[in-house]
Amino acid sequence: MSGDDELESAGVVTLEQGSGGKAMRNLVTDVLTAGFPDDALPVGRDAMDDGAVVPVGDRNVVMTTDSHVVDPPFFPGGDIGRLAVSGTVNDLAVMGATDVRALSSAVVVEAGYPESDLERLSNSMARACREADAPVATGDTKVMGNGDIDGVVLNTTGLGIADHVVRDDGLSPNDVLVVTGAVGRHGVALLAEREGIDFGTTLASDVRPINGVIAEALSVAGENVTAMKDPTRMGLAGAANEMATKSGVGIELRQDRIPVPTDVKGASEMLGLNPLQIANEGIALLGVDPTVAEDVLDALRSHPDGQDAAAIGKAIDDEHGRVLLDTGLGTRYLREPATEPAPRIC
Amino acid sequence: MSDRDRVPGGPTGDVTGSGAGENALEFRDPEKANALAERAAELVAAIDAEQVSVMHVCGSHEQSIAKFGLRSMLPDGLELRMGPGCPVCVTDMPEVDEAVALAKAGVTVTTYGDMLHVPGTSMSLSEARDAGADVRVVYSAAEAVEIAEKVDDEVVFFATGFETTAAPTAAVITGGPPENFSVLSAHKYVPPAMEVVAAMPDTEVDGFLAAGNAATITGWGLFEELAEETETPITVGGFEPLDILAGLVALLKDIRDGERTVRNAYPRCVTEVGNEPAQEQLWEVFTTESGEWRGIAHIPDANLVLRDEYADVSARERFDIDTEPLSGTGSSLVDDCICGDIMAGRANPTDCDMFGEECTPENPVGACMVSSEGTCKIWHEYGGRPDL
Repeated sequence: MSGDDELESAGVVTLEQGSGGKAMRNLVTDVLTAGFPDDALPVGRDAMDDGAVVPVGDRNVVMTTDSHVVDPPFFPGGDIGRLAVSGTVNDLAVMGATDVRALSSAVVVEAGYPESDLERLSNSMARACREADAPVATGDTKVMGNGDIDGVVLNTTGLGIADHVVRDDGLSPNDVLVVTGAVGRHGVALLAEREGIDFGTTLASDVRPINGVIAEALSVAGENVTAMKDPTRMGLAGAANEMATKSGVGIELRQDRIPVPTDVKGASEMLGLNPLQIANEGIALLGVDPTVAEDVLDALRSHPDGQDAAAIGKAIDDEHGRVLLDTGLGTRYLREPATEPAPRIC
Repeated sequence: MSDRDRVPGGPTGDVTGSGAGENALEFRDPEKANALAERAAELVAAIDAEQVSVMHVCGSHEQSIAKFGLRSMLPDGLELRMGPGCPVCVTDMPEVDEAVALAKAGVTVTTYGDMLHVPGTSMSLSEARDAGADVRVVYSAAEAVEIAEKVDDEVVFFATGFETTAAPTAAVITGGPPENFSVLSAHKYVPPAMEVVAAMPDTEVDGFLAAGNAATITGWGLFEELAEETETPITVGGFEPLDILAGLVALLKDIRDGERTVRNAYPRCVTEVGNEPAQEQLWEVFTTESGEWRGIAHIPDANLVLRDEYADVSARERFDIDTEPLSGTGSSLVDDCICGDIMAGRANPTDCDMFGEECTPENPVGACMVSSEGTCKIWHEYGGRPDL
């Protein structure tokens, strides 16, 4: 029995339960929401999708919320402010709500935190909001005693409108899997920074709002975009496995088609990480009908954030709920990482 | 400049496919791999047997085979299994108990990370640490010595692994470690275990793929006696996909031709005589003794123990290790664990009812699911051979 198991049996929350995997899903359903009244929504909390769908009149309002605890708060390619806006905008976007109408911003900060750092974070949030065309409409501020919280925690909630709601369970066999950009940047950049390893490269997080590039795909393919997820904490492997399980299909990915930056590849080998299991904060995984796959790729690549878009595999009517990886040599399974390679990266 | 142009973290440097492909490494070239796989299929077809069984004896081989999905390239008539190649997995429970007993008695115990979660009779080292014992993970024997140099209290290095880690342990012992440093050796020596496994009535071994890393120290010549005694051809192989496939092709040729010989398919690292100074140091410090390999068998001359001349650095001599309080029953699931059958090449992880169910890397029942070199942990991550 590991230390974590002992805590679990002692009725105490463990770090593993915060990692976005099965342990966290169990904590949410068994403890956190067990007594909540039914939400009666077309896509509610039971769906455990990236956001909820709240019908208002004849429009689909999508709502999502996210808290950010990243350590360190400033990292190559971004900071916790940029992440807080991007994370929420992207959760809306992968539900089809690329039209973001309002964000909230809640700040919990430790007494003694440098005001200049807060100002930097705030400026960074503002810049990300302009990129996403997403206004901050409301907010909240709390200050806690020195030592009562580690630096700063940001929470953002977002509301967006979806012409057509896209779920993470809509894959059919033969649908083509498309990524909007290269994988592995955020997690590897964070870990390298935290471990104090200088790879002498331009290794940087991909954190950015991607509602713009997703809107390009939706504009050419509409309902032929059958599924979407942003592969954050559990990486591409986690997103693909979740899509396969929820859709009741298998997924076959081709490793040589999956775009991975050379510097991420090198750093991953050194850190013993698999870039396919590492967090991203600026890409999405799409399932699209094969008839529109080329159009979607062209549309994505026409956008600055979709230059590296690639078709990386397809859904199959076999191996339901599992992801196969063609390594270029043979075939093996690609699993969702059992535990997060590192905590506090988002 | 628009806002978007200033976005940090934009595309940086080259972007290529994540595996083999345009930028493929020399030893991962798919074309060459396919040619070798075809050659392997021809050879298997030419062998007059329903099934050809090849055993490798190294966790690093299994990692590469599983990670690149090599089994799916090989013909149906070729079974490629891992034998007793995980040193953590074959470390016997009483050996873990000794380390736990020392830790609980207040001695600082240092060891490799994989050993931390290996179940002892009643607890693992990590559980002892949670209960307040001083247990520290090190990456080398030298690091354990560094820890001892900084403190006055007794520091024990719980030393595990095959020749590749036994040689560095020998080096720190001959290097004159501080007086508060001692070694609890659970080091193992592979060749006798290969002999025992090959002779097991229900284990089929038509050929051995020997571990290239251990052979860099021992040399490939060491295996000649074993090939003769077991009447089984042996090929020393490296760890990149093409190394493994080329090693298999060489081995299959010998199986087809009935040769009982040793081949070196890893010549860029392995020589016939190996690293002689390292061998001298190893055998100056260690000698072999019979002992239990967890779950497999009692194996003659396969445990590496300190020679009498080095008794003063042996933790077993220095301390009166009492494992009696640790006796009792551990998890009842352990009785159902087939780790031993898997390491003897008699079963695959998927033959175990607990695999991926009660037994996972987060909650391992047996050592094969604990160690990154263990067959169960590797198959849990990558799968065995997808059923396509």
